[in-house]
Amino acid sequence: MPGLLEVVEAHRELTLVVDPAELVAACTHLRDEHGFGFLSDITAVDYLGWGERGVSGYLGTAGGRDLNTPMTQGLQATPQAKPKRFAMNYHLLALLRERPRRIRVQTFLDDGEPVPSVVYVWPTADWHEREAFDMMGIRVDGHPNLRRILMDDDWEGHPLRKDYPLGGEPVRFSGEE
Amino acid sequence: MVVAPERSRLRGPAIYEGTRIPHPTPTVLTVPPDVQATGDVMQVNFGPNHPSTHGVLRLVVDLYGEDVVGLAAVIGYLHTGFEKNMEQKTWWKCVTYPERIDYVSFQNNEYVFVAAVEKLLDLKIPKKAVWMRMLMCELNRLHSHLVWLGTSALELGAISMFWYAFRERDQILDLFELVTGYRMHTRYFQIGGLAEDIPRGFYPEARKFCDWMPHAIDDYETLLTRNKIWLERTEGIGLLSAQDAIALGQSGPVLRASGVDWDTRRDEPYLAYDQVDFRVPVYPEGDVYARYRVHMEEMRQSVRIVEQCLDRLEKMEGEPWIADDRKVVLPPRHELHTSMESLIHHFKIVTEGFRVPEGEVYVAIESPRGELGCYICSDGGPKPWRVKFRAPSFVALEATATCMTDALIADMIAVVGSLDSVMGEVDR
Repeated sequence: MPGLLEVVEAHRELTLVVDPAELVAACTHLRDEHGFGFLSDITAVDYLGWGERGVSGYLGTAGGRDLNTPMTQGLQATPQAKPKRFAMNYHLLALLRERPRRIRVQTFLDDGEPVPSVVYVWPTADWHEREAFDMMGIRVDGHPNLRRILMDDDWEGHPLRKDYPLGGEPVRFSGEE
Repeated sequence: MVVAPERSRLRGPAIYEGTRIPHPTPTVLTVPPDVQATGDVMQVNFGPNHPSTHGVLRLVVDLYGEDVVGLAAVIGYLHTGFEKNMEQKTWWKCVTYPERIDYVSFQNNEYVFVAAVEKLLDLKIPKKAVWMRMLMCELNRLHSHLVWLGTSALELGAISMFWYAFRERDQILDLFELVTGYRMHTRYFQIGGLAEDIPRGFYPEARKFCDWMPHAIDDYETLLTRNKIWLERTEGIGLLSAQDAIALGQSGPVLRASGVDWDTRRDEPYLAYDQVDFRVPVYPEGDVYARYRVHMEEMRQSVRIVEQCLDRLEKMEGEPWIADDRKVVLPPRHELHTSMESLIHHFKIVTEGFRVPEGEVYVAIESPRGELGCYICSDGGPKPWRVKFRAPSFVALEATATCMTDALIADMIAVVGSLDSVMGEVDR
């Protein structure tokens, strides 16, 4: 298969890690040779701060506690490091009644690094890729209509990024000057 | 001049050959240059606030006379940031969110999230919970299809359907209230099983409903299936071929109405769907009428599944309904007064939450609207790192442009209704 970097099997699911430059070739190969004609979903994940800050602690502390501070339970194990900040996950399904199969094609990207569009492999990718662009700021190369989809056209920032401020929208009260 | 093709009215439509997905953008119908050159194209905003948009959907439509020559869907008016919110909550508190994403098929949405967390935790679910979850999901499918039937028929002018469908819908909500205390957004599924045992008196009430429901479906069919107005409004409208349906990622009733024999419940069984007997309706015509027929047949099959679940559940009196894993599952209420251990567990789970092992999973189920997927990614902590829902409604709306090729403006209501999207789920 073109561009295959790694095959991971975990939690009864198969993940193929693919070089982003070879993504379209890999997806076309999977569709034509292995019957993955159905693209279920595209999910972008932001791994900024993965395994660094405390995800433990009481809810009252904003952002949890630092993992390395004594007396916190911390993570049970530091999670495995990711090669780059963003991951794009393509969930594929082979609509074969006798032997249905699902796989995940995964590709890692740096901030601002473009990922080629798969919209001409599976037309359903259109809105999924727009959502990844809108919510995570993934630059999708070769998409015919890459505009924001859920947020306003003039919205600034990408809300699902880990560095996007929570409660980022200031609220003005009527009594204020 | 662009003219909608002659329809073989009341004789069953013919599905088109090849593909009709617009190019270059698969979801936008662009006005052909020769039509644009006539200067008679009028752009109309349909929505976002319109009674037959199932929420807040905006369609920018280019009209040439009554013909739709251009179409683009604009969504996002109901975006509430569920996925971002869930990243800030413990796994335990997240369970209330998925239900509100799709407020019509709440039980299925709730299930897909708990199923994904259970897959990461590798948790074994007691048999009683499995069957009760299946029963609730099927009742919820009936509920969702009834809402679909009532509103879609209402939009095409059959107002009485709305009252009939909502009469039975209310009976289902009564059953939900009996079991969970809430009519909608029940939060009845916990990670590990069910929140409460099934109350006494539920089985006879559910039986009564199952005895009545097939007659109610007969009534609906009497009103619509051979109704000439209904046939004229739905037959041959909104065509979508099998090839295009797969390419556009359509699922559920839309996919099966395009002749693709695929149902996640049967082909990738989850819960105990491999142990019940039901039929998957498939119609090859790919039009609005075929989607209507699939919905009706699915309701009949759902009643059959509910009956089979009741048969099993009635023999499980006294069995546990939630897994016995104190690190994940809240201890029984009565133990809190007598056991220090239980109190500590309760306190820890409610305040800190429990940890879910590192990893990522994608779980897909057959919701009333089609393939509902949940992707979760955990870093080993008590909060999700990332939650993503594969919303069947979101994908269904991608097919509007293809379905509306060569259609009239009046058909748009029927087509958008037949795709059965709930805007809460589209925008999340």
